[in-house]
Amino acid sequence: MQGRWSRVVRTPLGLTATVFVVALLALACLGPVLWGADADVVDTDNILAAPSGEHWAGTDNLGRDILLRVLVACRLSMLLALMAIVLAVVVGLLLGAAPFVLGRRTGRLVTAAVNIAVAFPGILLALFFAVVFGAGATGAVMAIGLAGAPAFARLTQTLVAGIAARDYIAAARMAGVGRVRILFRHVLPNIAEPLVVNATIGAGNALLSFAGLSFLGLGVQSPSYDWGRLLYDGIAAIYVNAAAALTPGAAVLVAGLAFNLFGESVAKGLGVSVGVGLRTVATTRAVVAAEPEAAAHDDEDVPEPSSDVVLDVRDLEVTFPGPAGPVRLVRGVSFEVRRGEAVGIVGESGSGKSMTALAITRLVADHGRVDATRLDLLGTDLLAPDTAVRRRMLGTSLAMVFQDPMTSFNPTRRIGAQLAEVATHHQGMTRREATARAVDRLTAVRIPDAATRVRQYPHEFSGGMRQRAMIGMGLMGKPSLIVADEPTTALDVTVQQQVLDLLTAIREADDVALVLISHDVTVVGEVCDRVMVMYAGRVVEDLPAADLATAARHPYTRALVEAVPDMATDLTRPLATIPGRPVSPADAPVGCAYADRCPLADARCRAEDPPLVADSGRHRVACWHAGEPLPPVRMTDDLVETVESL
Amino acid sequence: MAMSLTAESPTAGPAVPGERPWARFALRRLGRLLVSLWVLVTASFAMIHLIPGDPVRGALGPTAPVELVEARRHALGLDDPLATQYLHYLKGLFTGDLGTSISSQLPVSDVVAQRLPATLSLAVLAFLGAVLVAIPLGVVMGVLTRRGHGRRTELAFTTTSVFVATVPDFLIGVALIYVFGIRLGWFPVAGDETASAYVLPVFSLAIGPAAILARIVRVEMVGVLEADFVRTARAKRLPARTVYLGHALPNAVTAALTLGGLLLGAMVAGTVLVENVFAWPGLGSTIVQSILTKDYPVVQAIVLVYGVGVLVTNLVVDVALAVLDPRSKIRED
Ligand code: SF4
Repeated sequence: MQGRWSRVVRTPLGLTATVFVVALLALACLGPVLWGADADVVDTDNILAAPSGEHWAGTDNLGRDILLRVLVACRLSMLLALMAIVLAVVVGLLLGAAPFVLGRRTGRLVTAAVNIAVAFPGILLALFFAVVFGAGATGAVMAIGLAGAPAFARLTQTLVAGIAARDYIAAARMAGVGRVRILFRHVLPNIAEPLVVNATIGAGNALLSFAGLSFLGLGVQSPSYDWGRLLYDGIAAIYVNAAAALTPGAAVLVAGLAFNLFGESVAKGLGVSVGVGLRTVATTRAVVAAEPEAAAHDDEDVPEPSSDVVLDVRDLEVTFPGPAGPVRLVRGVSFEVRRGEAVGIVGESGSGKSMTALAITRLVADHGRVDATRLDLLGTDLLAPDTAVRRRMLGTSLAMVFQDPMTSFNPTRRIGAQLAEVATHHQGMTRREATARAVDRLTAVRIPDAATRVRQYPHEFSGGMRQRAMIGMGLMGKPSLIVADEPTTALDVTVQQQVLDLLTAIREADDVALVLISHDVTVVGEVCDRVMVMYAGRVVEDLPAADLATAARHPYTRALVEAVPDMATDLTRPLATIPGRPVSPADAPVGCAYADRCPLADARCRAEDPPLVADSGRHRVACWHAGEPLPPVRMTDDLVETVESL
Repeated sequence: MAMSLTAESPTAGPAVPGERPWARFALRRLGRLLVSLWVLVTASFAMIHLIPGDPVRGALGPTAPVELVEARRHALGLDDPLATQYLHYLKGLFTGDLGTSISSQLPVSDVVAQRLPATLSLAVLAFLGAVLVAIPLGVVMGVLTRRGHGRRTELAFTTTSVFVATVPDFLIGVALIYVFGIRLGWFPVAGDETASAYVLPVFSLAIGPAAILARIVRVEMVGVLEADFVRTARAKRLPARTVYLGHALPNAVTAALTLGGLLLGAMVAGTVLVENVFAWPGLGSTIVQSILTKDYPVVQAIVLVYGVGVLVTNLVVDVALAVLDPRSKIRED
């Protein structure tokens, strides 16, 4: 407890607020004692004087010193505000705890009443009560206190509801302990802290509101005076002595802010961690910037790709700032995709497969950094700065399908409009033409009654239909490459196959290349010509899909294939699993990243990272012991979780 | 896997065309409005009866002759049984008869009709001003401080806006009068005769809400810019302007609108203080005068007008939300 409170004063803001609050409290105690008499001294020769050495803030219409009056008024202002806030908290507590004590039926009535009251602004409630109780300090305390009560009632209700659901409350009830007793013994002690914090913030607001009411003439009446009353008198004389209005105004503001900030600091100090320090981020940024260009562009040595290469990726690196310095999520990935070819990228989460997909489509969040010695789509350098021409080219020839079709459509716009804007922006169509094209494309992706569907919103589509519409959106242009990042993962099993079939059909009809990202080696094996297996940001094997089951050479690929149940798998036995956890990209080891989980790992594996080398034809593998026989697979069900993390 | 299954569950499935979410939404919303209205009317009726002592004696002062007090009591219908008075009150409201002012003897409806336009124009102008400043500011700040960007800008903006939002409107008013009315003499500081007289009151009313609104828009914008559909918009290679304004903004603004509605309600009431700072001839100065002179029929009527203003604002905001964000009406079901 001590430690948590001391955290409040440790921030500069919290310390300042605390100092101010303490100073205000001291002033409230001492002000009237020290200057109470002087503040009432009438000096008729010196009426409404401007600020001077004698009267720092000038004098009022009876020649009394404004500054002294402001200092003395501190006590009354704060006292009244505190009384009002105590009233608000007490009434709020009673109303808020009522549903708990009175049971469901009556409780609901109270809740409804509080909800209605909360809908009206505080000043309106305050005016209402000011009428009932009459103009004056007492009336104003009642007015502000009761006007603030509904908000505290709402807060109490929420807090109580949270506590009441706990087991020990249920147990106490079961044991026949009375509701009121439970409230005092178990509930109130648990909600006291947030209530006190909110009351502190509320005290600041009450102070400001009180000044407002007194300023309207509805609060403190002459000859008593608080800051609001001084402001009321001062504003009448603002042309003659502006300080008469400005000084009490400033006092109100400072006090109100001090209590507000103090409350906020207490809330923060008592709460959980205050978030990441600014300095950490700044440092990592500097590191990123200071790092020498990792990959220099030297296009000369690289032979021109054969003309049917759609996508050409060399030494792709994706780096993000992390708490302990830059993290390389993709570490030197190279591959080509040819016209009409389907390439699958498989890996666990954190393998860098999705980041690779985002990098080749230039959609990496812009605090991440993408480097490559070559990143060409249809001969256009994707690393070059963005231009309208390039946007048009990418917008029509590169399509992207995302994992979750629910969140990937804009919920506030009609499906038709979201498809059509591709055509209006990139193909120069009118809105009408573009909508016609959208209907045509939705029909092409087998959405029935597309003419009606274009006018619907995403939430009116089923999941499978949304994903097909997303593919249809990619077909608004004339894509040469579709990048699909886990396109079926978020879908119901029954529609997964439909989406895969659709992708295959499009590919075959128009010779479109496909990059399919998936954690599921079966899906990739079924749809793709070629499979790249990624591990810890690197490609560890690249092989024809047909060879997956028979000719995979990397121990990791082989383990992935093993883990897939097939007709021959004895389902009564636990599935083969890959022991250990995937390595985090932040601490990839010097040697082979898979070494910790690899049954073939030896000293060399741990010391040197194996390069990705082509062995026969288009089969590439990165392993010192590629193709060597594996020891018998361990089958333990306590490792099943690893498969689930895939 | 469980997640993907729920995504296909019937609730998230395609909406059945014959289902009428709009009608149900409108009915429910109307019900809530009627209950709140009834509470408001009853509270304003009860107000005069909650006052300790005799309100008429209070209004006329201790020196007024007993006969006059009796006559006035009778004229106000305060001698009737409570239920009868209540029915009269309701009937009066339906026929637009809000009673007679004790001090001026004018029909209260005339007083309200005469004072309402000044208050309304002040509140509406301030609201429009706040929205027109806050949304662009929030959007720009959101883009500048999106994930991984502008930490210092964010800190400076948040601190400033929190500070500005804490200063009550009447203190801003006093400060504006001092600086622009007295020191610089650019704008009139009282009344509503000229267009330039609107400047200072509108500003003092708008600044706080604008700061709050801009802060919300920024936070929402930062969140929305992380959303999948913004990535989709980028994948479509739309120009940045279209991504921000066409896709992100409509989604960021719904939350801002909810809050804006509350702010507008608060602004209607906030006119009370600002009107008194600037001697603005609206409902706000009238209600304060009437409270001080204990002219209860006028007070009752103005409390009603303010309350109805707040309720109607909330209704408009809810409807606007439902139109802007087609999911919101579904979400409530
Ligand atoms: S290099 Fe060594 S540790 Fe890495 S996969 Fe091959 S055998 Fe295993």
